Amino acid sequence: MDMFVALADPTRRNILELLATSGELPATAIYEHFPVSPQAVSQHLKVLREAHLVEMEKRAQKRLYRLNPQALSQFEAWVQQTKQRWEQRFAALDTVLESEKRK
Amino acid sequence: MTNNQTKITAEPGTQEILITREFDAPRELVFKAFTDPQLVPQWWGPRYLSTEVDQMDVRPGGQWRFINRDAQGKTYAFHGVYHEVLAPQRVIDTFEFEGLAETGHVTLETMKLEELPGGRTRLIIQSVFQSVADRDGMLQGGMEEGVNDTYDRLAELLAKL
Repeated sequence: MDMFVALADPTRRNILELLATSGELPATAIYEHFPVSPQAVSQHLKVLREAHLVEMEKRAQKRLYRLNPQALSQFEAWVQQTKQRWEQRFAALDTVLESEKRK
Repeated sequence: MTNNQTKITAEPGTQEILITREFDAPRELVFKAFTDPQLVPQWWGPRYLSTEVDQMDVRPGGQWRFINRDAQGKTYAFHGVYHEVLAPQRVIDTFEFEGLAETGHVTLETMKLEELPGGRTRLIIQSVFQSVADRDGMLQGGMEEGVNDTYDRLAELLAKL
């Protein structure tokens, strides 16, 4: 599952926000936060796991969910990379514009 | 020279990238830098690659093709078609990288120039990809170049979700 597709759904984004503020939560506690059925939330959690956006750990009878910070910093790193590339290009464009202004 | 900031907006789950930057030059000049085949090679490519304008027919329906070449002679070509050329404020074109495994992954680019006081100009580039996965493909390309700053910027990202 693609990370961006996983992030496209508002409920899944809400789950991520919830986990970001709570740290670690058992599945049952996540279900309580949403008006949809536990099955639906469970399906969203599955998508988030497949996209490696969240991690799940079985502890006693509980399934505990938390964010996978690596996946999200990858996205941030890509944005930074794209930004660097354009900054380089624009710096060169600044130089071109300066020399054109003097003409 | 300037402290003009480049702003990139790439919301998770969307198909577009938005790039904004201001320049200390009048709009006509910025427009010229984007549409003059003599000027494009001076800024378009990354610093470590040379840029050659193979085709650049700046009018609606006209084709463009740029070739980046590294020191070993390896080339990376890009091409597209101008859809609209409205001097000095807007250019709409298609964009395709020829180095992908399959053809047909086209981006629609809209370049807008806004006049600012003091002979300054704001540039806004919107790139719309065919799918979220296609934009993700660009992610893969970017990652190959090696990104080592894997610091945790989780809180910052979540603010954008």
